[in-house]
Amino acid sequence: MSTAIVTGSARGIGRAICEKLAKDGVENIVVCDVKAEWCEETVESVKALGANAVAMEINVAEGASIDAGVEAIIKQFGAIDICVNNAGITRDGLLMRMTEEDWDSVLDINLKGAFLMTKAVSRHMLRARKGSIVNIASVVGLMGNAGQCNYSASKGGLVALTKSAARELGARGVRVNAVAPGFIKSKMTDVLTDDVKNRMLSAIPMGKFGEVEDVANAVAFLASDSAAYVTGQVISVNGGMLMP
Amino acid sequence: MTLEEKVKTIICETLNRGAEEVTPAADFINDLGADSLDLAELVMKIEDEFGSMIDGASIPEEDTASLKSLGAIVEYLKSKGVAEEL
Repeated sequence: MSTAIVTGSARGIGRAICEKLAKDGVENIVVCDVKAEWCEETVESVKALGANAVAMEINVAEGASIDAGVEAIIKQFGAIDICVNNAGITRDGLLMRMTEEDWDSVLDINLKGAFLMTKAVSRHMLRARKGSIVNIASVVGLMGNAGQCNYSASKGGLVALTKSAARELGARGVRVNAVAPGFIKSKMTDVLTDDVKNRMLSAIPMGKFGEVEDVANAVAFLASDSAAYVTGQVISVNGGMLMP
Repeated sequence: MTLEEKVKTIICETLNRGAEEVTPAADFINDLGADSLDLAELVMKIEDEFGSMIDGASIPEEDTASLKSLGAIVEYLKSKGVAEEL
């Protein structure tokens, strides 16, 4: 029996991760988002792939919401083997025009959410002496991006959180890694102007944007026993956009 | 089973130590070789076992520093109203 929880999985990359984990044989998949009803489409597509799926309403910016959700999962499935911290938002704007609220909301969901989630699940993973946590970072967390001070800071923070948690939990068999997607076609990137898209395209050696499945494949590898000796790492899935 | 016996069993399991080593005064870090993560796990297990008997079901972070030995944990739980005989 294996159980995975994926935050922000109502759509986009989160949904693709749920589907990939289901294809790879993860038995129970907990589909989380801010509203349970948003999760229905993902739940249906995961079930169609033969896995068990449940929708769960979790606001990752609130510790109480996470704790209640994690307890419910433990009660229902007995364990959490895989946790993917994927929930994220953008509130783009130039630094000088960015409001404090734009900063706080992005940091609360993207970074604090992953911390609270990791804290809640690691308790159970420590006891089980196994578990894999995968954080969805971003290429901009590694290289920065004009207009995204808040988002890139949150993603850079996620990379550091990944490494620190990996050091703390490694001796107990719990692995923590990150995937840093580049430009991936999704609702989050659909809103960018053609000008911005063309500029980004010219910086990608592979000459195309990534698909959500490309990210999901890397997440599934890190989540699986194939990555049994991999921890504290960041896998970039960016078509060569950045080569650290 | 007494409270001390129950706590001792949890300590032996968590720190992977024999019953003869876990004396009431043995310090988890200095005498039993525990690290900070071991202590965090130990507190978690104590909360799981005795949470229903203490206020708030969890041990406040500021109290955990004093829980350095079997004797200290037993005294702490007694002060929180846990009976000596379970």
